[in-house]
Amino acid sequence: MIRQRLLAGPDLSRGPEGLASHMQRLGPPPSIGSALIDVVESSGLTGRGGAAFPVGDKWRSIARRHGQPVVVVNGAEGEPQSLKDRVLMTARPHLVLDGAMLAARALRTSRIAVVIGESHRAALASMAAALAERPEPELRQARIAIAPARYVAGESSALVRLVGSGIARPTTRPPSMHEAGVDGRPTLVQNVESLAHVALIARFGAGWLGRGTLLITAVGAGAAPDVLEVESGTPVREVFEAAGGGSRATRAILLGGYFGAWIGAGQAWDLPLDPVALRDRGLTLGCGVVGFLHDAGCGVCETARIMRYLASESSAQCGPCFFGLRALADATARIGERGSNTEDLARLHRWSQEVAGRGACRHPDGAVMLLRSALAVFAEEFANHPPHWCAEPSQPRRIA
Amino acid sequence: MSAKAHLTIDRIRCDGHGLCAELLPELVRLDDWGYPIIAPGPIPGHLLAHAQNAVTACPVLALALKRADKPAR
Repeated sequence: MIRQRLLAGPDLSRGPEGLASHMQRLGPPPSIGSALIDVVESSGLTGRGGAAFPVGDKWRSIARRHGQPVVVVNGAEGEPQSLKDRVLMTARPHLVLDGAMLAARALRTSRIAVVIGESHRAALASMAAALAERPEPELRQARIAIAPARYVAGESSALVRLVGSGIARPTTRPPSMHEAGVDGRPTLVQNVESLAHVALIARFGAGWLGRGTLLITAVGAGAAPDVLEVESGTPVREVFEAAGGGSRATRAILLGGYFGAWIGAGQAWDLPLDPVALRDRGLTLGCGVVGFLHDAGCGVCETARIMRYLASESSAQCGPCFFGLRALADATARIGERGSNTEDLARLHRWSQEVAGRGACRHPDGAVMLLRSALAVFAEEFANHPPHWCAEPSQPRRIA
Repeated sequence: MSAKAHLTIDRIRCDGHGLCAELLPELVRLDDWGYPIIAPGPIPGHLLAHAQNAVTACPVLALALKRADKPAR
């Protein structure tokens, strides 16, 4: 069910909410310092960047480290289908900044880096203007860094490296960034939506959160992609209807964006959009993208387009990712372009097993997880694809 | 050396020279692009000396012997 918390307040079409309106509507955030860690922990809030890791646990483990931490606010939003972070930053910049300042105070630090994707111009303008409205001490704590429009730039070790050295590529771990991130300091990397939730939890208490809400980007339901705020646990079908899907026939759903998985529509409609419940079923909500593939769409051709993109987005540092994803994208495209053949199908199965887990970051893992789901859901099409590309569905229905 | 040793690879450093697979074929095979795939689990005791040789031979110092609990990726 639709439930507006982060997006409550003035209509989104009115642009960024200024500091005066924000404070009048919500009041100032409380000054509770590191006691906020307990509150966030008992609220059960999980991270909204994709991993759904408990936010309180993450903060506590950083607070235990030696040295003054750095808070990295992740607004890179490199997932091409996702819009929710930039919508949030554009409409409610002060909610994000409140969360960042609260995190910094809870971790007893004054160093905040707000990282925003370079192509998210409205979000960048809104966040910069909002920061300029903040009182002097806060203004001096935070700086804005711009992430290149690359998929892996939002990966947390790439963000840490961007803030520290200006290069947005993943690095080999360990050490974890909790221990040694920006300038070797303990570093909290937190998605903008997670921080916006913190801004409300700090004001209204741990119990207020309840099941909590999620920002979802629905793609392929209505005429244009739509960002919706729903209560956690809302079934996929309700998002489809709220996004304007109507009676449109849908054959499969891409849950979790390009690092997610295809699911046959029959199995997907009743799935609860709840990061933890989905993880328990071996699925992921990722950054909250839900894509709907129209009945006329082709799963092989859609997947070939996504694999081409993911291969091109490898940061080319690790051989199995750079060569493996390219080979997987080529083999998928050959089936789409020239028709099914048993050699390529066997390669897809074997390589997708071999490539997993063999990169410094999880880029290759996410890509092969998506491919394996496609091989399962669209098994018949992969086995019987005609020797030519399928016509692309018209723009609104297209997922990739 | 305890029996809990694992081989780990720094995937960014590894350039696929393949010496590890030549020196330790029992535990390392190469994928279609020449990059090592390491057998899961700890190194059996009788292969530890060979594993150490493979680590020493790696031209880019990407291969390492770790006694930590984390298995090789």
